[in-house]
Amino acid sequence: MRMIERIGEWFDHRLQIAAPIRDAAEHPVPRNTASWWYVFGSAALVVFLLQLATGILLALIYVPSADQAWNSLQALNHDVALGWFIRALHGWGSNFMVAIVLIHMMQVFLFGAYKFPRELTWIVGVFLLLMTLGMAFTGQVLRFDQDAYWGLGIGASIASRVPVIGAAVVKLMLGGPIIAGATLSRFFALHVFVVPGSLIAFVCLHLLMVLKLGINEWPMPGRIVKRATYESEYHELTKNDGAPFVPYAIWKDMFFAAFILIAVAACAVYFGPFGPTGRPDPTIIQTVPKPDYFFLWLYAVLSLLPPSLETPVLLVGPVIVIVGLLLLPFLSGEGEKSWKRRPIAVLTVLLIAIALGTFTHLAEHAPWSPHMNAWSSEPVPDRMLRSTTALERQGALVFQVKQCRNCHALGEAGGERGPALDRVAVRLTQDQLIRQVIQGGGNMPAYGKNLSPAETTALVAFLGTLHPAGQAPARDDSRETVLGDGADKRPGVQP
Amino acid sequence: MSNETMLTRRGLFMKIGILFNGLVGTALAVPIVQYLFSSVTRGFGNGYLSWVPLGRVNEFPEGETRLATFRNPYVTPTDGKTADTACWVRRVAGNEFQVFAVNCAHLGCPVRWFPQSGLFMCPCHGGAYYRDGSRASGPPERGLFEYPYRVEDGRIVIHAGELPTPGPSAALSTRKPPCA
Repeated sequence: MRMIERIGEWFDHRLQIAAPIRDAAEHPVPRNTASWWYVFGSAALVVFLLQLATGILLALIYVPSADQAWNSLQALNHDVALGWFIRALHGWGSNFMVAIVLIHMMQVFLFGAYKFPRELTWIVGVFLLLMTLGMAFTGQVLRFDQDAYWGLGIGASIASRVPVIGAAVVKLMLGGPIIAGATLSRFFALHVFVVPGSLIAFVCLHLLMVLKLGINEWPMPGRIVKRATYESEYHELTKNDGAPFVPYAIWKDMFFAAFILIAVAACAVYFGPFGPTGRPDPTIIQTVPKPDYFFLWLYAVLSLLPPSLETPVLLVGPVIVIVGLLLLPFLSGEGEKSWKRRPIAVLTVLLIAIALGTFTHLAEHAPWSPHMNAWSSEPVPDRMLRSTTALERQGALVFQVKQCRNCHALGEAGGERGPALDRVAVRLTQDQLIRQVIQGGGNMPAYGKNLSPAETTALVAFLGTLHPAGQAPARDDSRETVLGDGADKRPGVQP
Repeated sequence: MSNETMLTRRGLFMKIGILFNGLVGTALAVPIVQYLFSSVTRGFGNGYLSWVPLGRVNEFPEGETRLATFRNPYVTPTDGKTADTACWVRRVAGNEFQVFAVNCAHLGCPVRWFPQSGLFMCPCHGGAYYRDGSRASGPPERGLFEYPYRVEDGRIVIHAGELPTPGPSAALSTRKPPCA
């Protein structure tokens, strides 16, 4: 033991860091901050360290070349011992990191921790969030598969909308005229050098400020932050009701961090690594690209926005959000910290959480995407063909062959882009059906040029049978008035 | 002259040192910026575009739309399959063609052609286009991107080389090609 002590002393005589480390570890924190609510920041740091370690391990095998990246991922998954597990740890670690950083940010916001004098800590934190999302996106690109390839295309399409310099931004982003070798190389440089380097520097700044300014005290309703008095009040608090961070508070951080690591490892073992999906070959177009889960909400927003709003929302929206987050500590740098007295803050968090959750949930089902194979894989339900005429059956065939099923469900099978047609005859008269099929409208393409009159007649005859047994189809009175009682209900058939 | 404003010998050297480093830094920054933006500057004046053969005209039946592939004219050694590009070739009649990029004009996902219903459909956000490439429904603000083409010695060649994107200047022409 004496020996170890002497070696330690030899090093510290030269490094001179034992005292500052002891000071940092034992700095007093308000007793009530030793709470399970205060563990997310350290958990984010631990997951980041996991990402650094697993990232370096992956880089031992991964080849950042458009030609070979996909093959090297296959090798990691199948040939290298436990390569799949390291990939899974890194993939699940990234999901956990995004989630924990968001939870940490929400907690900090609700606890008023961004207020004086911790404005800069918050601002650095906002950049840390952006870098974390940047790591998530660039990481998805390095998993160079079909999703990555077409995801880059979506990124380029968004970048191209920047006025004046859009085309230049696209070429800068892609490193050339198309998504190819240079694109992957630069995203590798971003993911492995540029963003992690900045992340490490910003994490150090963030931590330094937490140590220098002290952890945010547990907010008490009615304890108002004022620039003139806050710092002396905080000093009083830590002096009178403080405890050393180590060991008083740190054990909760350690327990939670270990729990998170176990959770990441459990997900990695149980669910395995993410992809890669198909080979990134742009000539294989039978693909349905989807972003990773943290960008699913954006995928939904892009589908649901009216076309005219898309470019403004894509270009101006992020600027407003980021500037808003950066300005927050200056707009409300003083005043009440407790969420119990900040209803608008609580509602804002709830609104954002519900909106993101709803969009993510929608994107998992993607009702706006046509089901590309529904027309050839989902037969018309038997009950809809029972006791139908030859013409109506011909119409059912037209319905399948013309891919109507890709957007319209029958018997709960088929696309959801357009309304389900199980009861369409109740909603639309024959004339309205003909008009809708031929002219389209309301987001439906016009089929006038792609259907012969005979096909239209058959199709509408079939659609006219789609109504519940006890409910009559919609009728157009004027038609019967003009054509008389003998008017045949089927379109195109003269009385 | 007071002591505070007096320029000492060492103070002067330090200032010259800062100036010297500033000059060297600026001189180094020029090639670095040129290198960094080389992918942009190379594209000036259609630097990436050239005429690429797609195949013989009679490989494309009249009235039909077929998928064709070509090797991008600008290739780097590590591109592999990513430099192969697909496009939809519609032979209207005779030597009259329309060559569409597979990239949806909304956000670039690959559209698929359904000959039975005469529609291009996008799997991502549900954009749809008619057989002539015009917008049918969904979020796209415009029709499919069209490559300019010409017919030479019984072969169809297109002017290609850049990823078509919906941005104002990156967008390929939707006008009728000059030799149509």
